[in-house]
Amino acid sequence: MLEVKDLHVTVEGKEILKGLSLTINAGEVHAIMGPNGAGKSTLSAVIAGKEGYEVTSGSITFEGKDVLEMEVEERALAGLLLGFQYPVEIPGVKNIYLLKAALNAKRAANGQPEIPAPEFLKLVKEKAAEMKLDASFLQRSVNEGFSGGEKKRNEILQMLVLQPRLAMLDEIDSGLDIDAMKVVADGVNSLRDKERGILLVTHYQRLLDYIVPDHVHVLVDGRIAKSGGAELALELESRGYDWVLEESAA
Amino acid sequence: MASQEMEQLVRREYKEGFVTDIESDTLPPGLDEGTIAFISKKKGEPEWMLEWRLEAYRKWLKMTPPSWAHLDYPPIDYQAISYFSAPKRPEDRPQSLDEVDPKLLETYEKLGIPLHERAALAGVAVDAVFDSVSVTTTFKEKLYEAGVIFCSISEAVKDYPELVRQYLGSVVPVTDNYFAALNSAVFTDGSFVFVPKGVTCPMELSTYFRINAANTGQFERTLIICEEGAQVSYLEGCTAPMRDENQLHAAVVELVALDDAYIKYSTVQNWYPGDEDGKGGIYNFVTKRGDCRGDRSRISWTQVETGSAITWKYPSCVLRGKESIGEFYSVAVTNGRQQADTGTKMIHIGEGTRSSIISKGISAGRSNQSYRGLVKIGPRAKGARNFTQCDSLLIGDQCGAHTFPYQEIGNSTATVEHEATTSKIGEDQLFYCQSRGISEEDAVSMIVNGFCKDVFQELPMEFAVEAEALLSVTLEGSVG
Repeated sequence: MLEVKDLHVTVEGKEILKGLSLTINAGEVHAIMGPNGAGKSTLSAVIAGKEGYEVTSGSITFEGKDVLEMEVEERALAGLLLGFQYPVEIPGVKNIYLLKAALNAKRAANGQPEIPAPEFLKLVKEKAAEMKLDASFLQRSVNEGFSGGEKKRNEILQMLVLQPRLAMLDEIDSGLDIDAMKVVADGVNSLRDKERGILLVTHYQRLLDYIVPDHVHVLVDGRIAKSGGAELALELESRGYDWVLEESAA
Repeated sequence: MASQEMEQLVRREYKEGFVTDIESDTLPPGLDEGTIAFISKKKGEPEWMLEWRLEAYRKWLKMTPPSWAHLDYPPIDYQAISYFSAPKRPEDRPQSLDEVDPKLLETYEKLGIPLHERAALAGVAVDAVFDSVSVTTTFKEKLYEAGVIFCSISEAVKDYPELVRQYLGSVVPVTDNYFAALNSAVFTDGSFVFVPKGVTCPMELSTYFRINAANTGQFERTLIICEEGAQVSYLEGCTAPMRDENQLHAAVVELVALDDAYIKYSTVQNWYPGDEDGKGGIYNFVTKRGDCRGDRSRISWTQVETGSAITWKYPSCVLRGKESIGEFYSVAVTNGRQQADTGTKMIHIGEGTRSSIISKGISAGRSNQSYRGLVKIGPRAKGARNFTQCDSLLIGDQCGAHTFPYQEIGNSTATVEHEATTSKIGEDQLFYCQSRGISEEDAVSMIVNGFCKDVFQELPMEFAVEAEALLSVTLEGSVG
């Protein structure tokens, strides 16, 4: 469903991605791992359409469409959804309001009418409960005063409500204690579906104990240096990243 | 001036040039004592009223326009303005919606104004169907039963002269400022509300439906009096942009609250702001002041200001009564080349008086906005408290926001708090919303409405909805 071909990206004149290629099919869970500064977060940000990243060559297509030609919201409406590492606070905007606006935008794009209020309430309460968030959480301002764990759970809550075609999760495990990580992992696992792709960006292997990926890629210096199955993550855990670096340099 | 001389003056002026004009109901541009006599005569006012106007005029002549505001506009030629113009005759107005500027109609549609009202707002000759006529009559009966007087200021001058004489100019003295003096001399319309002792006004009073009259009223004068224990909520303004050839709008609003009375005054102002290049638009120089004359009285100003080329406006509270309360909640939005210098004054005179100020300023385009607030604690205001929160939001990098807080503390037992923030509408916030599939314009409107929430929740329900819609229309195309 997602095809990234020979992607080169510069940020403020510095080349971060240097010919990255990646294919994700429906039903697959991919994990991108790598040392800090390898360009892991750049990849998901470019796919989502964040400003400040210049694609100098290469292509990204999603279900046959040229992603780089699409506006940020068009990408989201097409089913590409990014879960943020550092979700931003929006004071005064209720969490439930953002969810409803996003869901209705998606429905409008699909030619569906707005979701009736009772149906929506039932849906979000149910999904919030799955993320162990109580109903009062929905009435708070988006991410304002949320703990690190709440912010991450909120990102997954949005995924559960919006049901993307491809869920991209950027360091969704950072700053989580083990209990919060289990909740987040359960949420992500419930998104696993033969129709849906999942892209996990993570620095640590421990998340992958809970979300077992089909494919693991090691991103080193702007390129995928090594790909494998779930066992590759375990190897990285015990041996670190250096051997991949050496191997790719050789 | 002796009344005899006065009468002569009036007669003489008429003889010298206004007699022929009376039939046509309009005055040529220019301002002198004859103009004022004409207005007063036209309105069938008693002599004391004319005298009051003339006194204001003579004082105005000796005054100079204020120059301290952070505003930039060419000097106004007061002789180039026409001070009285009757409503347009039906045959002079557009005869159907087809003749109305399509851009204006588009705005009405976005605001969700029903079709038949759109016609009325655009000034189409459809007087007979305009809802306000019947609405006003039904309401009047109900209000009359409750003992509430709600009528135009012109009617009040004739029908309740003793009340008007007692209170008019008692909150905003004729010489208060340049524009108030001018208004006192030439005001042509406005509202009068009187709520007697112990009465809670049975409904929200509104000038919303009296949009027709706004076409003529560059100089409205509003006077609201709540006797002991009385309460009223008053809504002013319209949410439709007005295409008005008049450049100057100088209104005066006076509120008087006696013991335990509560007046809530809400405004949604959306005068014509001028075109994209800053051409045209209304100069809005307004004096609004509430006098908490009685103990435990409370006056609350809520305003949403989105229109006008220039706004100069500081709704204020004089907290005279013991433990009286003053509140000011404001959202001001400027876009294009609009300029706004707005804020409030809280004058604490009585013991234990309290005030809160929440001001939200949003600047977009190449606009400029200033918050100017004075908190004054007098020597007798033991234990007075003020809380001020003043937030500015910038959209884009060509606009400006300025904050000018003034504090004069004359009593050491007072508590005064001031918080101010300035933030730029975050690209991160926009990206976050857009990456959830929400369009850029909806995202801006969502973020801005969130920023204004503290103030919007002070607005009466139906106004809050309109204010939100208005904000999105005003800020349309301000990003990107």
